Amino acid sequence: MISRLFGFRGGIKPDSHKAESSAAPIRPVPLPPRLVVPLIQSSRGSARTIVTIGDKVLKGQCIGEAEGLAGTAIHAPTSGTVTKIGRYPMAHPSGLESLAIVIEPDGEERWIGTEPLEPAAASREELILRVQASGIVGMGGATFPSHLKLGKGAGIETLVINGAECEPWITCDDRLMRERAADVVAGAKILRRLSGARRILIGIEDNKPEAIAAMTAAARESGIGKDANAVDAGDDAIDIVTVPTRYPAGGEKQLIRALTGIELPAGRLAADFGVQCFNVGTAHAVYRALVHGEAMVSRIVTVTGNVERPGNYEVLLGTPVSRLLALCGARPDTNRTLMGGPMMGFTLPSVEAPITKGSNCLIAASPTLFPPAPPEQPCIRCGSCARACPVGLHPFELYWSSRARRFDDAGKYHLFDCIECGCCAYVCPAHIPLIDYFRFAKSEIRARDEERRAADQARTRFASRLARLEREKAEKAARLAARAAETRAGLAAGDAALVAAAVERTRAQAPAAANDKAAPTPEAG
Amino acid sequence: MSSPHIRQPDANVRRVMSHVLLALVPGIAAYVWQVGAAILVDLAIASVAALAAEALVLRLRKRPVAITVGDGSALVTAWLVALALPSIVPWWLTTVAVLVAIVGAKHLYGGIGQNPFNPAMVAYCTAIVAYPALMSQWPAAGHADFATQLQLILGGSREVDAVTGATALDAMRTGLRNHAEVNAILATDAFGFAGGRGWERIAAGYLVGGLFLLATRIIDWRLPLGFIAGMGITAAIFWFAAPERFPSPLFHLASGGAMLAAFFIVTDPVTAASTPRGKLIFAAGVGIIAWFVRTFGAYPEGIAFGVLLMNLCVPLIDRNTQPAVFGQRKETRP
Repeated sequence: MISRLFGFRGGIKPDSHKAESSAAPIRPVPLPPRLVVPLIQSSRGSARTIVTIGDKVLKGQCIGEAEGLAGTAIHAPTSGTVTKIGRYPMAHPSGLESLAIVIEPDGEERWIGTEPLEPAAASREELILRVQASGIVGMGGATFPSHLKLGKGAGIETLVINGAECEPWITCDDRLMRERAADVVAGAKILRRLSGARRILIGIEDNKPEAIAAMTAAARESGIGKDANAVDAGDDAIDIVTVPTRYPAGGEKQLIRALTGIELPAGRLAADFGVQCFNVGTAHAVYRALVHGEAMVSRIVTVTGNVERPGNYEVLLGTPVSRLLALCGARPDTNRTLMGGPMMGFTLPSVEAPITKGSNCLIAASPTLFPPAPPEQPCIRCGSCARACPVGLHPFELYWSSRARRFDDAGKYHLFDCIECGCCAYVCPAHIPLIDYFRFAKSEIRARDEERRAADQARTRFASRLARLEREKAEKAARLAARAAETRAGLAAGDAALVAAAVERTRAQAPAAANDKAAPTPEAG
Repeated sequence: MSSPHIRQPDANVRRVMSHVLLALVPGIAAYVWQVGAAILVDLAIASVAALAAEALVLRLRKRPVAITVGDGSALVTAWLVALALPSIVPWWLTTVAVLVAIVGAKHLYGGIGQNPFNPAMVAYCTAIVAYPALMSQWPAAGHADFATQLQLILGGSREVDAVTGATALDAMRTGLRNHAEVNAILATDAFGFAGGRGWERIAAGYLVGGLFLLATRIIDWRLPLGFIAGMGITAAIFWFAAPERFPSPLFHLASGGAMLAAFFIVTDPVTAASTPRGKLIFAAGVGIIAWFVRTFGAYPEGIAFGVLLMNLCVPLIDRNTQPAVFGQRKETRP
């Protein structure tokens, strides 16, 4: 089946810089003296530590239990001893520290030996639980827990597998597809079953001909012979779709648009439109986890930029960035390290931060390779940004309103549809850091909404307090009134009784009085 | 430092402006060839005045001088003012017009990117309202007597008859007022193939430059197309109805400042509408107003008034023509 290509609007074509690392096969990294494994490695939820200092752990052993429905488990990347549990700097732009388990490897790399599942035999629920227990999150960088995406398993027509890898410099998915195409395809088939999709579309940018060839061959191979994972014979063939190289073709929404023609509005899930999207790395990880019983303990990382030996490495999670830089020979004029691509990645606050499940690329940056942005000049409304925006926004209008703090206007110009891909800032002839303005405006709006919510809450609370006081006052008054009435009634009743009693007495005494003409008895109190 | 960490290597304001200046060269060359080298003197005067004014005001406003003067935007304004004015106006009028453009229309509103009105057109309107006589003396094509022209520019004499001639728009207007028919007027000396003799070649020069700007994507095709359609369709309607009283669309587009406006004036991104549909509406509005001023107004040329009037409407146009964003377009909504 030949799929029609739909394309998307906007986008840019920066120098790809893929050649630096794309020829280098995936290689393992020598065991570092210690691994710092963070407990938060997904965009949703975290894990709860279930080991204590001194525990011996095996490779793939669960050391952090999934917390809640959204949580994903964390596993020991190698066999060894837990030496510390504490707060360490993380690979995050803020440089915040977070809780991590430190493991000293024993060098034996002994797997715990989790029993593999037979995907064709196991139930869907069983498989999804295993996905969660294996700690699988989106490997494209967003680290969204995969089991949450698979949760519903109904109403999905198309499974999109993202092998576009549109950011410059990054080649980890390229190498993965070239070297382990069969595993990726097998993983994609498992995901197809779990999501309930009928067809698989694998999108790859046309600057990766080797990956396209390998994936096409693997897909054809898997079509021949009996497909063990096929739930029914009606499963369509797997389509490898070549998409033109244009950033951000690998953005989830852009790729879905290019492959299916469906545009996901902001704030809606792909699943609402019968589509589910996974990265090729995620498909591979699902395959390893289910068919080989290997939890997610490593990932492929491209190390490139200002290094002597750029390459792609199979890196144990928790390996410090500094070790990879040393391994690849970062040149002396390296002044910072980027994690992720140059369009959406961030500058690492510390090279001691560990590699986590979302770390797809490290770029050693030097002033020559990544010159600082020229000074910002006034916007001339040239519209280059609007032409480049893949979402169809008018970034300069957003810029004017963000700058003027007219946040309501920014909202009207669809600020929250912005995916922060950076195309606008890339093309801006006035060198305006547009994305910074948008992040600022977004956080201001969020803070304002938060404040408003807090104020609303306070007001509601105050109003209900007033109401309560009012009610209590009323109740008290009612109570008092009731008691007063009671007393009065009591008094009145008492009076009546006394009067009656007096009358009775009088009547009783009357004959006597009549007899002895005595004065009536005075009333008693 | 935050993302993106890379920038398009050739994206800068200076490149945009230098492309515009380069695109003006064919028109200027045709000007020199047809009307004489006096225009080069005007361009020089305007350039010096603009750069000096820009630097001075930036200094007074405590803004970075070198980077903004160096971006070339003041030069573009200066050249457009010089080309919009008759090439034999005295030097001081050119200077005043440029000062009005740079200081009044640009910096008083906050400098580059902030001005609601097209600076060159503000300067043109100021000049034509304040000095209507000087502004009506256009050099005749083919009488390229540089010495006389230079004398006029330097203010030595106002013996203008030797070098001036009625422009196409003037001649048409006067002819029609005298109840002549369009074809009879066009048969006279002042006209060439489509517009004013000689001047139509300058217009062709601007067209060539404009196509270059379109090819390099410096300007959006909607703006020139909107202008040409606005003026052309309006002219066509009246021309079909009464060809003896209304000249053809071709005449209108080849005469006066039409080609300069289509590719260099309405395309000013700062003062034009910014949405795709808005650009078409804005530019068409300029063309329509210009045709009405030319045909029924008190001035032979009406583009500048059209531009300023439409500049006023830009916020309204933009607000009401915002395009749908990703996922909100009707045809892709499931």
